[in-house]
Parts: sequence; structure tokens; C-alpha cells
Amino acid sequence: MPDVAGVARSYPFSPPDRLNLDPLYAELRRVEPLTRVRLPFGEEVWLATRYADVRTVLGDARFSRAASVGRDEPRLTPRQIEGGILSMDPPEHTRLRRLVAKAFTARRVEQLRPRTRQIVDELIDAMVAAGPPVDLVEHFATPLPIQVICELLGVPFADRHLFHVWSEAIVSTTSLSPEQIQKYLDNLYGYIGELVQQRRREPTDDPICAMVQARDEHRDRFTEQEVVQLAAGLLAAGHETTVTQLPNFAYVLLTHPEQLAWLRAEPARVPTAIEELMRYVPLGVASAFARYATEDIEVGGVLVRAGEPVIGSLSSANRDETVFADPDRLDLGRETNPHIGFGHGVHHCLGAQLARMELQVGIGTLITRLPQLRIAVPEPELTWKSGMIVRGLARMPVAW
Amino acid sequence: MSTGWRVEVDAGRCIGSGGCVGMAPGHFRLESGLAVPIAVVVEPTDAVIDAAESCPVEAITVRGGDDALIAPA
Ligand code: HEM
Ligand code: HEM
Ligand code: SF4
Repeated sequence: MPDVAGVARSYPFSPPDRLNLDPLYAELRRVEPLTRVRLPFGEEVWLATRYADVRTVLGDARFSRAASVGRDEPRLTPRQIEGGILSMDPPEHTRLRRLVAKAFTARRVEQLRPRTRQIVDELIDAMVAAGPPVDLVEHFATPLPIQVICELLGVPFADRHLFHVWSEAIVSTTSLSPEQIQKYLDNLYGYIGELVQQRRREPTDDPICAMVQARDEHRDRFTEQEVVQLAAGLLAAGHETTVTQLPNFAYVLLTHPEQLAWLRAEPARVPTAIEELMRYVPLGVASAFARYATEDIEVGGVLVRAGEPVIGSLSSANRDETVFADPDRLDLGRETNPHIGFGHGVHHCLGAQLARMELQVGIGTLITRLPQLRIAVPEPELTWKSGMIVRGLARMPVAW
Repeated sequence: MSTGWRVEVDAGRCIGSGGCVGMAPGHFRLESGLAVPIAVVVEPTDAVIDAAESCPVEAITVRGGDDALIAPA
């Protein structure tokens, strides 16, 4: 390995190449499961690549997110992400998470399934009416999660053009200046702050209102800023994740026609297939949100010292050959699949059940209603996102 | 102990997110990827309620001495 002792590799190891994972991860899992890396910004950090080690970093209470506050966090963007639920530890984290957890349980999400089916059907109707080719990113993958989260949160869908721009800005790596990003963020917080005030005047039955009530009943427990930031985070969270995974999953299926035929033959296989796609598609270009050791802890045979940061690669963990048989092979019927595509531990994705349901309904309906679905341009002409945060298609022209 | 609470995890529902272990490390641990209560009967404490209320699949139940459901509400 081209490793000069004591020199950190730059990370991500290589620019994103479609949905392919750099082979260096597999080599690191084998020979150097904990390695030093340097992200474009922030301090040097350990990178864990094995499944068991990544779970330890994310799940062991001796690793802290709160300790990142005030440090020069390893990151992909010039601007440091401030505060929020992802920068807290229990019990502060628990206090905030409990406030919204109820709205995102499997049971609550099931109640949204019929309405989600309706939204998906309407989007496909509109695609069919427009006629091929249609950009699946713009006309399907983007409106679907945004409409669902808007309805769930009680945010006017008509305003989506506003906060779509702001949310994109939040996860853009290099295309905007820090001042510009701050301006968009202020816009987003201002917009949400306005909604919060509105809930105060006219209470409704949605999670934002529940947050407002909790805040007003227990002023000592929540700040206005926390409530606004959390609500903004919920609105923004699906923008770069579910929006990107829907076309990614469609792309993987359309480029694995035999497996797609197997899936179409029995639509009850869709939920299992979605789990495999979550495992197989390495969404994040790099991992972020480092955890800081609060005491000396051994990880992957290395003693991590108290105060040192570690990041765990979810994509690498999901390809760990000691956990997943034939890990680089897509197997839509994979039975044992404890992937960590939604993270692990206290920060395990709050929207995981919602995202799963959207992906099941979205992908399931797409492949059944459009049996001739295909990518409308030759593969080399597909355009991929060039930013460094998530892997995904910028546009996906499809025909049927 | 008659005033104790009974804590159960439904193994058929648990998705092994590890949330409960992180929130209430004294009360839950992961075994073969699934959560199990460290003690089935516990002294009343907010920690187990927090965990039951936050579990994404509502796999955790907390019951009082009279078998009444305390959490999730
Ligand atoms: C308004 C609140 C949010 C802000 C300001 C924000 C900001 C950012 C920024 C600046 C990055 C770049 C990371 C880096 O530099 O290392 C990032 C990445 C990311 N964010 Fe957010 N974010 C927000 C909400 C969320 C939420 C709630 C989620 C959960 C789904 C999320 C998921 C991600 C993911 C998956 C990445 C890519 C990093 C990785 O792959 O680990 N964001 N976010
Ligand atoms: C396929 C879609 C999605 C993926 C792959 C995804 C992935 C993730 C991951 C990996 C984390 C953990 C980050 C870490 O621990 O460093 C996370 C956290 C989070 N996600 Fe998602 N996410 C998705 C969709 C959503 C949606 C739709 C929501 C909206 C409710 C959401 C809300 C959140 C929040 C609020 C957190 C922070 C939780 C906490 O700190 O306790 N995510 N997500
Ligand atoms: S929080 Fe729920 S799903 Fe997660 S490990 Fe605990 S019991 Fe299982």
C-alpha cells in the first residue's frame, strides 16, 4: 500500500465515479481497518471501514457528537455545520429526539402509505401525459419526497421552490460562497420561524405544532432556535437523500435487467429489494459527522486516544465480506441484511421508516406501472452530480 | 417487586437500530444485532420510557405492576 507512515490519505480517496465504491475500502478493511485521513476541511481524523468498527463508532456511548462542538470538524464544506440534533449526545439529544420521534414511527408512517400511493400515481400520470422522454429526477424523484414531507409537517407545498433552493444550498460543497450559504440558511430559518409563529396563533395537528406546544409548556427545556432548527432539518433532510436514492435505485434496477424481471414477477419482493438497494448503493461520497472519543478506546486494533475524532464509512461497512456474503453482488432477495445505510445508534436516521415507505411505493409503482421503463440515452451520456456529498444522477431521462 | 416495571423488546419488530442502547445503556444491550433488556423488571425510571417512546418501530413496551401499558403511549 502506498502508505508512508504517519501521512494521512486525502479523503474522499477519489472523485465520485457513478455508484462505484473505490476499491481502496476493501483493501483497508483487510489490511488497515483504522486509517488516518484528511478531508478537504478540518482536522485529521481516523477512518473506520469494517462493519463491526463502524457500528462501535456510531453506537458506543464513549463516542460523542457533542464533543465536536468547538473543534475544527473534519468536513467536506468550508462552512462548519452548527449545532442541531446531529451534534448532541444523550440526554440532551434524547430530549429533542423524543419531541419528534412519534411522528416518524413505523405505525405512523404506514398511515401515510395510501396518500403516498396517490401522489406517486399522480406523478406517473403526469409523466405518461407528457410522453417520453421525461427526466425522472425532476418529475418524479424530487417532487415525491418533498410533497410527502410537506404534508407531514404541514408546510405549504406551493412554497417548495423557495426552500428547495435553500436546502440545496445547505448541502452544496463548493459551488457557493460561505456568505451565500449563510444567506440561504437564514432564509430557511426565517421561513420556518414564520411557520412556528403561525402554529402558535392557529394550532394544527402536525409535528411542528407538537414541537411548538412542547416548547411553550416547557420553556426551560427547549429554545426557540432548537425548535426552528429541528423543523428546518426535517424539511431539508429528504432533499439530498431520498431525492437522490430514488433515481439511483431505478438506475441500478434498469442496469440489472435479470434481477428487475425477478422483482417484477412478484411485487411482494419490493421491501426486501429496497433493503438490498440501501445496502448496495453508496450514497455518501465520503462519510462525515465524526465522533470524538471521550476516553481511550481500541477500535480495529488501534488505540484511539481520548479527544481524537473517528469517522465510520457506512458504504464500506455495507460491503464488509465478514457480514454480507458476496458483498459486491446485488442480490435483491438477500435474506440476512443488517445494513447500516440509515446509520446506527442514537442518531439512526429519524426518517428511516418514512424513507423506506417512500422508496417502496415509489420504486414498486414505477416498475409495475411502466413495464417498458428504460433509460432514454446511452449510458455514457448520463450526467452525474459533480458535488462531493452524495452520489447520484443530475438528470435521468427515461422512456417506456 | 410489585412496584417494578416490566420491560420487553419484541424481537420480531426490533430492527437493531441501537437507539435504545444509546439512550438507556443501563437498560438495553444488543445481542446478535437485536435489543434485549438487561433486566426485565426495573425500578421506575424515565430512561426506559424515553427509549420506548423513541423506538422507531415501537418494539419496546414498558408495563406497570398492574400490567397497564406505561409506554409507548
Ligand atoms: C438544516 C439542517 C442541515 C444542515 C445545515 C446540513 C448541512 C450539511 C452540510 C454542510 C453537509 C456537508 C458535510 C460535510 O461537510 O462533511 C451535509 C452533509 C450531509 N447531510 Fe446534512 N444538513 C442538515 C440536515 C440534514 C439532516 C437532518 C440529515 C439526515 C438525513 C442530513 C444528511 C446529510 C448527509 C447524509 C450528508 C452527507 C455526509 C455523509 O455522507 O455522511 N442533513 N449536511
Ligand atoms: C434514503 C433516504 C435517507 C437516508 C439514506 C438517510 C440517512 C441518514 C443517516 C446515515 C443518518 C445518520 C447520520 C449520522 O449518524 O452521522 C441520518 C440521520 C437523520 N435523518 Fe436521515 N436519511 C434519509 C432520509 C431522511 C428523511 C426523509 C428524513 C426526514 C424526516 C430524515 C431525517 C433524519 C434526521 C432528523 C437525522 C438525525 C437524527 C439524529 O441525530 O438523532 N432522513 N439519516
Ligand atoms: S430502539 Fe427499537 S429498533 Fe432500535 S434497537 Fe432498540 S428496540 Fe430495536
